[in-house]
Amino acid sequence: MYIYDEFDRTFLQERVDEFRDQVKRRLDGELNEEEFKPLRLMNGVYLQLHAYMLRIAIPYGTLSSDQMRALAHVARRYDRGYGHFTTRQNIQFNWIKLEELPDAMADLARAGMHGLQTSGNCIRNTTTDQWANATPEEIEDPRLYAEIIRQWSTLHPEFTYLPRKFKIAITAAKHDRAAIRVHDIGLRLHRKDGVTGFEVIVGGGLGRTPFVGKTIREFLPRHDLLSYLEAILRTYNAGGRRDNIYKARIKIQVHEIGTEEFTRRVEAEWAQIKDGALALDDAAIDAIRAHFKEPDFEALTDGPAELEAAKTNPDFARWYANSVAPHRKGGHAIVTISLKPVGAPPGDATADQMDAVADLADQYAYGEIRVAHEQNLTLPHVRQKDLFTLWQALDAQGLATPNIGLISDIIACPGLDYCALANARSIPLAQDLTKRFADLDRIADIGRVHLNISGCINACGHHHVGHIGILGVEKQDQEFYQITLGGKANHKAKLGELLGPAVPENEVVNVVERILDTYVELRTSKQETFIAAVQRLGIEPFKERAYAAR
Amino acid sequence: MPLVKNGKPVADAFVAVADEDTLPDAPVLVSATRLLAEGEALFARNHPVGVIWPNDKDVLLLEPFVDRLAVVALIFPKFRDGRAYSQARLLRERLGFKGELRATGNVLRDQFLLMVRCGFDALEIVKEGDVAAVEKEIHSYSVFYQPTGDGRPVPLRARLAAARGA
Amino acid sequence: MTSPLQQKLKITGPTVITANRLTDGVVVWLTAESGWSDTLSRAAVVSTPDDALRLLGIANADENHAVGAYPARVTVADDGSLAPVNLRERIRVGGPTVALPGAAA
Ligand code: HEM
Ligand code: SF4
Repeated sequence: MYIYDEFDRTFLQERVDEFRDQVKRRLDGELNEEEFKPLRLMNGVYLQLHAYMLRIAIPYGTLSSDQMRALAHVARRYDRGYGHFTTRQNIQFNWIKLEELPDAMADLARAGMHGLQTSGNCIRNTTTDQWANATPEEIEDPRLYAEIIRQWSTLHPEFTYLPRKFKIAITAAKHDRAAIRVHDIGLRLHRKDGVTGFEVIVGGGLGRTPFVGKTIREFLPRHDLLSYLEAILRTYNAGGRRDNIYKARIKIQVHEIGTEEFTRRVEAEWAQIKDGALALDDAAIDAIRAHFKEPDFEALTDGPAELEAAKTNPDFARWYANSVAPHRKGGHAIVTISLKPVGAPPGDATADQMDAVADLADQYAYGEIRVAHEQNLTLPHVRQKDLFTLWQALDAQGLATPNIGLISDIIACPGLDYCALANARSIPLAQDLTKRFADLDRIADIGRVHLNISGCINACGHHHVGHIGILGVEKQDQEFYQITLGGKANHKAKLGELLGPAVPENEVVNVVERILDTYVELRTSKQETFIAAVQRLGIEPFKERAYAAR
Repeated sequence: MPLVKNGKPVADAFVAVADEDTLPDAPVLVSATRLLAEGEALFARNHPVGVIWPNDKDVLLLEPFVDRLAVVALIFPKFRDGRAYSQARLLRERLGFKGELRATGNVLRDQFLLMVRCGFDALEIVKEGDVAAVEKEIHSYSVFYQPTGDGRPVPLRARLAAARGA
Repeated sequence: MTSPLQQKLKITGPTVITANRLTDGVVVWLTAESGWSDTLSRAAVVSTPDDALRLLGIANADENHAVGAYPARVTVADDGSLAPVNLRERIRVGGPTVALPGAAA
């Protein structure tokens, strides 16, 4: 856990005071809506269909149990008893009142939380691997650098009014769980000649013009992280388009001037500031590291008797095989908590569930919780001997659906049920899909499939990079959905291919089912995953069958 | 529009002159085009010279004049257009400009502090009511995360100093 | 003054002006008395572009009470009651189409 010190607390309090004053000036009519909107956005406050929405940052997806309880408190006191975990390691509350926002913010600030950098044309909350500091496959804890970026980017005076929002993601593992190639900047920690540094990827993004990012630097020594980021942001601030909101992201600038020219500008600017005030040194990085309290890991060994005995319970065994991953410390494990039970809105959790997870984290997981971009929660450090008890407790809360990575582990944006920009609903579709694919044996047999739903072209549900992507469109007031196949968000990021004409709402589940039946029939063996089969076969066989019955 | 410099309301001694007009016997603010065309001739007069610099033009072009310019006025056409923040930092931190750096255009109170942090020392304020708020706004925070040319201490360094001192 | 966007306003039937209340974001409609109501049936109904523009002008001038005003089609039943026409407006009137998490099933 990163422990906030007096400095961070002072800053947050001052931020709350500032926002309280801004809200007051808006309610008094001193600020008009045009002036106020960017100010509220910079505190994570949107206006949706039915109410204001508050988005709270969960920096690098890490929450303490007390912070989770603070979220539960906000859900109960200021909202309607639940929250929505998003693909960007944030949580959204859908029913907040503007008048009450300053108080909600003050309550959050007491737990070291805020809505800063969750909206507006600034550098957004930096996201990372939810398994950071737990998975054996990483070379260093990426949250260290995410925290360094957080500090540098918080209320950055030069970069608070960029052409458009700016998202940075970072990973240190071979397997990219942070989708770094579809971010404005993606950073991949790796080592060269004994030095830790980053591959720097720029200009990825989804939305109406999706791009996979381009590598502009294979290796950036870690001490140069901030000066290099500042050079990229300055290049973008000066040259990003401001004439058309749809062309204002950095991906368009990179695309229009070319990766080479963009890189040249960044490198030229960087050369000027590289050795300036932003240069990091080991001491500075260690000072940040010192703020991350490492759990007091018990000395344990893998495969304790309690665990082996529990595996004879088939339900536990199924959950264990699906939702538990290896840990870097002996006798420990990473547990993913599914927020995708059958028939529920993906990513939603009630205040009671939040409190329950906080208590379980305290009992079994050193008090630490993570938020995954797949809209699930993670307990990064669980003692293997406690897995069975933990599972029973999660199950009692409806939090032990063994569907992680499977077809019913759907990523979905709020869609038209909440969102003012939506063309179509996402949640009912997700609910229908989870009901159709409720049979655990069947979904385990189908295996790994990522299905992503966005309610409009803004792509908040990452449909372009879903193995199956579903995009809501509107035709004469009716909801229709376009389906893409073959997208990937990982280190081999790829955009999906359009299957064919959009289908009406009541057809989507059938089409998805036919696609999956086709896969099961055509796969070479159970070892060939859905995505591998799509790659081998192309979309034609799926297309034929998907539309055949209509 | 009221001009506030270093936190205090001041009279604006500079006259903005259109490109085709003759220069008055007073300190002037000329356009970028005029400065680049007439350069030396402007400075040969006995009056301070300032320039109004558009936000889509490279400020590093000001290098030859930077020691002689009394004022650089940068423009925020809309408060949401933040290009002039970068220009301000480049002028102060790269070119070492010491004169008056003036924020003009849609200059509103909720951006005062950002402007000051980027090196502006003069604010041409749009709303009369915002003038009284300058002091409060630019002191609304006592702590800052990132270094800019304004020299305020930032936590990475401060924490480090504390750690070393301890 | 009307912006170019507003001038293009196409009105194809009974229309109301809707927005969200400033203080809490609740969906509201402009009433015949130029106030705001959170009940659709209290909304002022117009059917010509000129009238809609006039109401929109009134609504936009009152953004200290309600924000983001725009015209929305409605149907008028025989008894005079109003109903939204498209799904978006139906959801704004009736709330999300899915049960809220934690709500008693
Ligand atoms: C409900 C209110 C929301 C609004 C108004 C909203 C708005 C937008 C817009 C306008 C874009 C397109 C930006 C662009 O292409 O330049 C976007 C992208 C995105 N949003 Fe949302 N969003 C909302 C909710 C969410 C939620 C719930 C999530 C996570 C589940 C999310 C995550 C993202 C991501 C990951 C992207 C695409 C990646 C990218 O930035 O290119 N948003 N959003
Ligand atoms: S994808 Fe569209 S509908 Fe979904 S949350 Fe984003 S803006 Fe709203």
